Order: sequence, then C-alpha cells, then structure tokens
Amino acid sequence: MIEIALTIALGCVALALVLNLWSLLKGPTAPDRILALDTMVINAIALIVLFGIHADTSVFFEAALLMAMVGFVSTVAYTKFLLRGDIVE
Amino acid sequence: MSPVTLLPTLLDALTAFLIVLGGAFALIGSWGLARLPALMTRLHGPTKASTLGVGGIILASMLWFAHHGEGASSHELLITLFLFLSAPISANMIAKAYIHRRFRRCSAPEDVETELPAPPGERTDWATFGAPEPSETSERCET
Repeated sequence: MIEIALTIALGCVALALVLNLWSLLKGPTAPDRILALDTMVINAIALIVLFGIHADTSVFFEAALLMAMVGFVSTVAYTKFLLRGDIVE
Repeated sequence: MSPVTLLPTLLDALTAFLIVLGGAFALIGSWGLARLPALMTRLHGPTKASTLGVGGIILASMLWFAHHGEGASSHELLITLFLFLSAPISANMIAKAYIHRRFRRCSAPEDVETELPAPPGERTDWATFGAPEPSETSERCET
C-alpha cells in the first residue's frame, strides 16, 4: 500500500518540478523566475523526503533541512539584490 | 481482526493517505504557478498549496519513521517549522521586488506602470520605495 502511494506521490512531485522548470523558463520578469526557483526548492525537499521513506533511511532529513535553509537564504538574497542592487549593506 | 493487528494497518493507511495528499497539493501548487496570469496571483500557488503539500509529506514521514524506524524524532518537525516560517517571508520579499520593478514613482519609462494606490497615512510610502537615505527617486511625484 505504501509503495503505491509513494509511486503516485513521486510522479506528482516530478510533474510539479517539470511545471516549475517550464515557468522558470517562461517567466517574463526576474521576480517570476525567483518565485519559480523557490517553488523548485520546496518540491525538491518533498522529493528528498519521499525518497527517504522509499529507501527506509533517515539520513536524508539533514539534506532536506539544508535545502530548506539554503533555498530560503538564496530567495531572500535574490530579492534583496533586486530591491537594493546589493545584498549586504 | 483484533485491535492489536488492526493498528499497524490503520497507521500504514494514514501514512499512505498523507503521502498521496501531499503529492497532490504540491502538484496543484505548481500547476497554479504555471497557469495563473500575473505574479501577484501566481504567488498564491507556491506559498499556500506547495507548502501544505510538503507539510503533509513530512507528517507522513514522521508517522512512518515513528512506526517502522528508530522511533519518533524531531528533525522532520524542524523542517516543517522552518518551511512554514520562511514561506510567507520569501513571498513578501518577492512581492516587494515585483512592486519595486513594476511600479515607479518618478521619471518612469514608457513601459512601466506608475499607477499604484498610495498607502494610508500622511507622510508614508510603500516600504520598497522608501530608501534609507532620501533620494530623488524615492520621493512622490507631484501630479
């Protein structure tokens, strides 16, 4: 039962990542692309956690936590650069 | 079936339901990101639906490892907490960058919209236009 659910959810998240890639390539302005990258990071975290359940190890949680932190910091850095033209003032 | 053998089956069913729900929410959020017309509407998909989807998947992972693994741990709760804290902040920053790029106050180029409703209050402006050191571009146009 859990294997079927994992297959369905992995397919959904993979399709979501393809949609994010499409909107990353399409997005007309820079904030659109930043939003698409942020969503890609969130979906990648979901993919890592799903793969951790599939492989039955808990070593992937550190990777997921690191990706969450790096994704948030990079989003804030990109928007800060757009707003101020500089990251650390 | 006795209650002792029924409980693991119920826990597995709940885990599978949460996994499928999380995947569906992540897909719906990304579909909204690709489908909706403008950035201010497009912000809603990732910030709400995708975050909820990841929350569901992480909840399912907590249940799974509390049941099958080495016992319950708080790592997953940390990820959920951090994602739920950081999603509104990053959405706010993206909206500020969008307003900053799209709407200009003075000496706007032809393709940039200048119409933005003024915030309530006497001598205030939107935060993205208020520079720390007052410059000519951050002041309001006299129209």
